[in-house]
Amino acid sequence: MNEPAKTWSVPDSLIGKRIPKMDAPDKASGRTRYIQDLEIPGALHGKILRSTRVHARILSIDTSAAKALAGVHAVITAADVPWQRPIGVGRDHLPLKADRVLSLRDEIAAVAADSEAIAEAALKLIRVVYEPLPVLATTIAASAPGAPRLHPDRPDNVAMTFDYAQGDLAQGEAESDVVVEDVFRLHYVTHCCMGVSGVIAEFDPSGNLLLYSNTQVPFLHKREFAELLGIDPGRIRIIQPPIGGGFGSKLDIYPFEPIAIFLAGITKRPVKLVFTREEEFIASPTRQPVLLKLRSGCRKDGTLTFRDVETVHDNGAYTSWGATTPFVMMQTISSLYRVPHCKYRTVAVYTNNPYAGSFRGYGNLQATFAVEAHMDKLAEAVGMDGLAFRLKNAQHPGEVTPQGMHFKSCGLKECLTTAAQRSDFLRKQAENRSRWNDPDPVKRGIGMASMLHVGGGAKIYPSDGCGTILKIDDFAHVTLITGASEIGQGSETVLAQLVCEELGLPMTAVTVVNNDTDITPWDVGVHASRTTFIAGNSAIGAARKAKRKILEAAAAKTGNRIDELGLAGGFITASSGEKLFELAKFLRSLHFSDKADLVMTSFYYEPPSRHQDKQFKGDVSAAYAWATQVCEIELDTETGIVRLLKVTGAHDVGRVLNRLGIEGQIEGGIVMGQGYALTEDLRVEAGVIRNPNFRDYKLVTAPEIPEMDISFIETMDGEGPQGAKGVGEAPAICIAAAVANAIHNATGTRITALPFAPENVYRALHGASEPPVWNAA
Amino acid sequence: MSANCDIAFTLNGVKRELSVPAGMSALAMLRERLGLTGTKYGCGEGECGACTILVDGMSVNSCLLFAADCDGRDVVTIEGVVQSEAGERLRSAFVASGAVQCGFCTPGLMVQASHLIEQHPGADEAAIRRGIEGNLCRCTGYRKIVDAIASAAKPDPGQTPFSEGQP
Ligand code: FES
Ligand code: FES
Repeated sequence: MNEPAKTWSVPDSLIGKRIPKMDAPDKASGRTRYIQDLEIPGALHGKILRSTRVHARILSIDTSAAKALAGVHAVITAADVPWQRPIGVGRDHLPLKADRVLSLRDEIAAVAADSEAIAEAALKLIRVVYEPLPVLATTIAASAPGAPRLHPDRPDNVAMTFDYAQGDLAQGEAESDVVVEDVFRLHYVTHCCMGVSGVIAEFDPSGNLLLYSNTQVPFLHKREFAELLGIDPGRIRIIQPPIGGGFGSKLDIYPFEPIAIFLAGITKRPVKLVFTREEEFIASPTRQPVLLKLRSGCRKDGTLTFRDVETVHDNGAYTSWGATTPFVMMQTISSLYRVPHCKYRTVAVYTNNPYAGSFRGYGNLQATFAVEAHMDKLAEAVGMDGLAFRLKNAQHPGEVTPQGMHFKSCGLKECLTTAAQRSDFLRKQAENRSRWNDPDPVKRGIGMASMLHVGGGAKIYPSDGCGTILKIDDFAHVTLITGASEIGQGSETVLAQLVCEELGLPMTAVTVVNNDTDITPWDVGVHASRTTFIAGNSAIGAARKAKRKILEAAAAKTGNRIDELGLAGGFITASSGEKLFELAKFLRSLHFSDKADLVMTSFYYEPPSRHQDKQFKGDVSAAYAWATQVCEIELDTETGIVRLLKVTGAHDVGRVLNRLGIEGQIEGGIVMGQGYALTEDLRVEAGVIRNPNFRDYKLVTAPEIPEMDISFIETMDGEGPQGAKGVGEAPAICIAAAVANAIHNATGTRITALPFAPENVYRALHGASEPPVWNAA
Repeated sequence: MSANCDIAFTLNGVKRELSVPAGMSALAMLRERLGLTGTKYGCGEGECGACTILVDGMSVNSCLLFAADCDGRDVVTIEGVVQSEAGERLRSAFVASGAVQCGFCTPGLMVQASHLIEQHPGADEAAIRRGIEGNLCRCTGYRKIVDAIASAAKPDPGQTPFSEGQP
């Protein structure tokens, strides 16, 4: 049979092009099956009974009526799973609460039934008798002497503390000509993934567990579920269906997952458990609310001298990743700008509130909000403009900060100047100020903020690596098997693109397999903006091995040296560009020969970053990302309404790999930052969430988005895949800080508490509210 | 349990007859009874637009519509929208413009956009933004969704929607 030669026209390089996401056609057709869409034959539907009290002792639970309902297969409480173990980052809560509830989301019982409606009806038949306990609604109440202990082993209700110091604070203060101090209050927000949480659990007759899960960290969860069930992790397989948004919310184990597993184990049927939107608001994690006191100083010439920071985090009832965000906050405090003397103390306090998890930016929005307010305030105090002041204190490439972070590539100065120039920052800033006293109640403001974030992984686990398996079949089709999960951010596409770049193939020649722990090699998970950097380097490593193998075999045939050969457009080519072999045919000939072989390679990439020491000194990431964002607002002083008109951003991303993808990450991050600054506010009163719905929890909608002008600063990081650095979290980080500075530029009033909702802004402008005060115990 | 209603309607151009519980939403009917899972549950309260469908040419949140009220109507879901030429153009535009990230909001937005373009063929940017006000997206920041709808609303006959590697 005479096959037509398989040739492709492939552009010289795919890097920096606008490559559409590989999964977009299916998603835009409604064909993609998310966890909510999966129907497993014979599956039961699980539902959870949550506490109706914020803090109470459970005196009794009566499940008899629920058990008697037709169509109910199991009703379980803690008594049915006496062997359950504490879960989560702090290992401080049982999936099903035994004798006490500590927050309104607490899981008391669960039902597996033939339908969701029956499961819901059964929940209503469960009778729980509570004895109320005093509610610790604030960190102050929880820290007061004599406050009840929420966890027996924590006499002071402290969940976690971090202490960091560099230099000599007293010396820094003595050297200062200007010192400023403020207290900042950062509010509750939550992820609002459009796809609600869900899980499907199923055991086979030998006791092997198959879990369909939306987790962002499948391999870590395998281990944790194994620990929980007391089985070998090898008997757990996690499949990740496409996920309706992550943003950090799926980084920890939450009780609903073990509960679905318990129900599946007890009923011996697959169990599907999916949240309602209200449940998602109540029982998924939040961004951590923080009270932050910042004292900073500088010399007359604008050189920063010191920073002294104390924070109190409302940890909520249990410890998830939110408690560890100070780890990232301290990097911004010590190293976003050059500051010789720093002290940072933080405490996360248990309360009866919803508990805080990880959320895109991981504490950095809060730290940047405070630090960037003081950059403006200090600049003004010494009579410098905010741009010159920041440039004077900006980090340089090659710098090793007192905390030990090594900025091998650093485009902060270019970010600052680019964003300032493109937004005409200095001129507009002066013009807006000159209008403070004119009669028009509608003011304009412009403000800037910069950020530093890990951009080359983050060594917080023993490994920060990612594995790749790559095979090229008889038809020159590549299967890229990667440990890195796709959570909507586009990693699948960028990894395929990096592989195509090495192998001279078009995007259509690659299939990516990334969602099954029985197939994919190890990866630490989607977090810390690490996937493009870590999984990208891993994919390139595997592709280069494959390329070498092919070219060695070709060289043996032609007598060329392998550096005289290349791969392009589906051919093995000579340096002249002459096509020597059609790749597919050549690959077939490899295994139909006497030295039969396949082209299949694997690669494991572990970044060259190190663990920090006990004092938090050291370099956690192989590269760091930088950005400056300038926000322009319009503020109506008669209503307090702030409109975000324009964001001018300059991002040091190392190098642009997929322009379409990176723009999407940045635009989405900006609008998420806009929500944090202006509209989103999870109202928690005495432990009760008052607005668990999209009517009262206001996400930004299309008519409200700002004009966005985004520039990329390509610093070509030496460690990055094709020079790229991570970008996933960066764009959300500066917006609230820049808007705060813009409000000051518009009105002369500095507001130190979020969000800038009309009522809060109006009150602040008209002297009807007090700034937050430092009242941590 | 509630009484059932017998209904007959057109679904994506095909006649259907069905018996549904009186309290069932059109969303539940589509997803659970008819296996059309392109229509998504995002809130169940008419606040997110993930469940948008067309009923007699009007865009409707199917979570708020009783299944029984589909009786006698012409219902089109995302699965039907992408079968039309306009829907195909819209899908290409969403893909090429980068309007899809996690994709959970996308079917609802596709349906809403097809409605918008049909009602206002020359919709400008402001009209497009207002037209998708009821559809929440947590990933994209809407910019590329608006671009996609604008480009599908004004197809440039000289250009294919996208070619791979186009700068
Ligand atoms: S699910 Fe219908 S509007 Fe949200
Ligand atoms: S693409 Fe994720 S919600 Fe819109």
